[in-house]
Amino acid sequence: MAAVTARKPKLAVWKFASCDGCQLSLLDCEDELLAVAGKLDIAYFPEASRRMMPGPYDLSLVEGSITTPADATRILRVRRLSRRLVTIGACATAGGIQALRNFADVREFAAAVYPHPEYLKTLATSTAISAHVPVDFELRGCPIDKGQLLEVIKAFLIGRKPMIAEHSVCIDCKRRGNVCVMVAHGTPCLGPVTHAGCGAICPSYDRGCYGCFGPVGGANTAAIAREFASLGMARRDIARVFQTFNAAAEAFRKEAESHGD
Amino acid sequence: MATKTVKVDYIARVEGESSLKIDIRDGIVDGVRLSIFEPPRFFEALLRGRGFGEVLDIVARICGICPIAYQMSGVHAIENALGIEVDAPIRALRRLLYCGEWIESHALHIVMLHAPDFLGYPDAMAMARDHKDAVERGLALKKAGNDLLTLLGGRAIHPVNVRVGGFYRVPSRAEFAPVEESLKRARDLAIETLRWAATFPFPECTRDYEFVALRHADEYPMNGGRIVSSAGLDIAAADYETEFLERQVPYSTALHSVLKRRGAYLVGAMARYALNRDRLPAEVRALADEAGLDPVCRNPFRSILVRAVEVVYACGEALRLIEGYERPARPFVPAEPRAGVGYACTEAPRGVLFHRYRLNAEGAIDDASLVTPTAQNQDVIEEDLRQVATASLDLDEDAMKANCEQSIRNHDPCISCAAHFLTLQVNRT
Repeated sequence: MAAVTARKPKLAVWKFASCDGCQLSLLDCEDELLAVAGKLDIAYFPEASRRMMPGPYDLSLVEGSITTPADATRILRVRRLSRRLVTIGACATAGGIQALRNFADVREFAAAVYPHPEYLKTLATSTAISAHVPVDFELRGCPIDKGQLLEVIKAFLIGRKPMIAEHSVCIDCKRRGNVCVMVAHGTPCLGPVTHAGCGAICPSYDRGCYGCFGPVGGANTAAIAREFASLGMARRDIARVFQTFNAAAEAFRKEAESHGD
Repeated sequence: MATKTVKVDYIARVEGESSLKIDIRDGIVDGVRLSIFEPPRFFEALLRGRGFGEVLDIVARICGICPIAYQMSGVHAIENALGIEVDAPIRALRRLLYCGEWIESHALHIVMLHAPDFLGYPDAMAMARDHKDAVERGLALKKAGNDLLTLLGGRAIHPVNVRVGGFYRVPSRAEFAPVEESLKRARDLAIETLRWAATFPFPECTRDYEFVALRHADEYPMNGGRIVSSAGLDIAAADYETEFLERQVPYSTALHSVLKRRGAYLVGAMARYALNRDRLPAEVRALADEAGLDPVCRNPFRSILVRAVEVVYACGEALRLIEGYERPARPFVPAEPRAGVGYACTEAPRGVLFHRYRLNAEGAIDDASLVTPTAQNQDVIEEDLRQVATASLDLDEDAMKANCEQSIRNHDPCISCAAHFLTLQVNRT
């Protein structure tokens, strides 16, 4: 009996302000990439292909944050062309490291780097994709975890919710059998307030978590900040701990502000 | 009067966003403009006020493809400012880490980004339908590099383990066993990849580049050495800014770097090989000869062979370093803040990466300067394009675009790094 050949779902991968690391995660799926390419029509993925097919697309993966007037317009078009839109990584979900400009004067930043800042067209802020268009799912991490990326792609292909754990890094750290770096060694660690997903890499390498997956839901950042202070960390240093790759995520932004100058 | 513009709005298979515009007037290539529209992220500005211990996690985020390069130039520049000398086993471990990134980054470029140009496919996935073994070999090679990065760094992208003075944690001898096995296989795969790439049709093209690379007393350069060039430059990293200058052009968010006295120059695999071939082991040189590489390769389309030679080398070098590995007595030497300026150049997969940091007495960054390989290669890429476009004038527009794009990919530009890339537009007037 002749099978009915279903049309392959069309995948698009988009880049905004970013380091390319999250979309590289897809190419880093060395064991799965050709299988993924067999199940999906990789219709638009300029980092990997010259073939750029027109939309609409069944699934769009969006990397990067919105930092220019042109990108603020482009994301609207990407949304219109995408049946499902999933943001990947800290830039797309929280503005990324470049959101540090949100707390500074972007003109001064530009003048510090470029001899002719007037040639640049840039916004005063770096913002998450969800600040501009509705988003169907947000995958965290700086960078994302490639196992989680495959789970998200699989879930959207099947039409179910992605199974992405929403607990803190601490749970994964305990599962990994690590000795707590903060309790045992007095090393400041953001694990209790950070969203899981990396597999608790930093404590497994004898250092504290630095929060690259952003705040977990209900994060008690005030309590962890008090703990850091009791370990002897200066007020200004505590603020900076929250001002990295997810500086503009609400919980981290507020905690940093409360330790401001 | 015949005028024409050829435009590529978004250059594919490079990391980042760029476009190309070529103006042709009366059958002569009049203007070539590689525009990088990658949004600026202002790393040098946002580093100010951060503690020296925070820098390495931040600069890694300049590039997801070569974060180790940023961490290596960063760590050596900061240690230079603080007057820190690391222990010999730590130095060896850093070289091993860099081998992982060279293997991963070069394998990605050779097989996934560059090879499809030679064989006429839009991408590696389509190429895999006819060249499955070659693509799978490339992916396995890339994976071996990533496995090494994951062991030493915790993960392949934005690894977490490098710190000022050494590493947070150093692996035991036993932890290397699985990686050692995969690298032995990877070395064979790398040789097969080199032999495969040697069969590609290479366009004729000879360029008179000034090559710039590091040169070390006895090693193929990665983390140390003087900055030398084929025109006789020989300086320390600290003198970089006296010889080189970064300029800004209105059509790009990437800065262009030039030699103050002579202008455009080339960094990357071709430059390293031209200036350091004698530092490669005899068996690697023999494989390069077998692949048809001249001791100095001046055809940028053949750069894929040079990268393949470097992957063979990096696999062997990694195995040598693992064989000689003894767990360092201490993972890091302590770092005390002090005011000072530090400089370092290391060899990123794409070439010389310069970092300078000025630290205050508390150890915070007062100012930083980072010069990326792609910023240094931009003028050469535009000069190459002028030559390739001129040679392609009789071709139809699609063929001309394909040649120009391939010419850009010859140098594996990393736009995310530099804007801190490409739409092709050709104007015929």
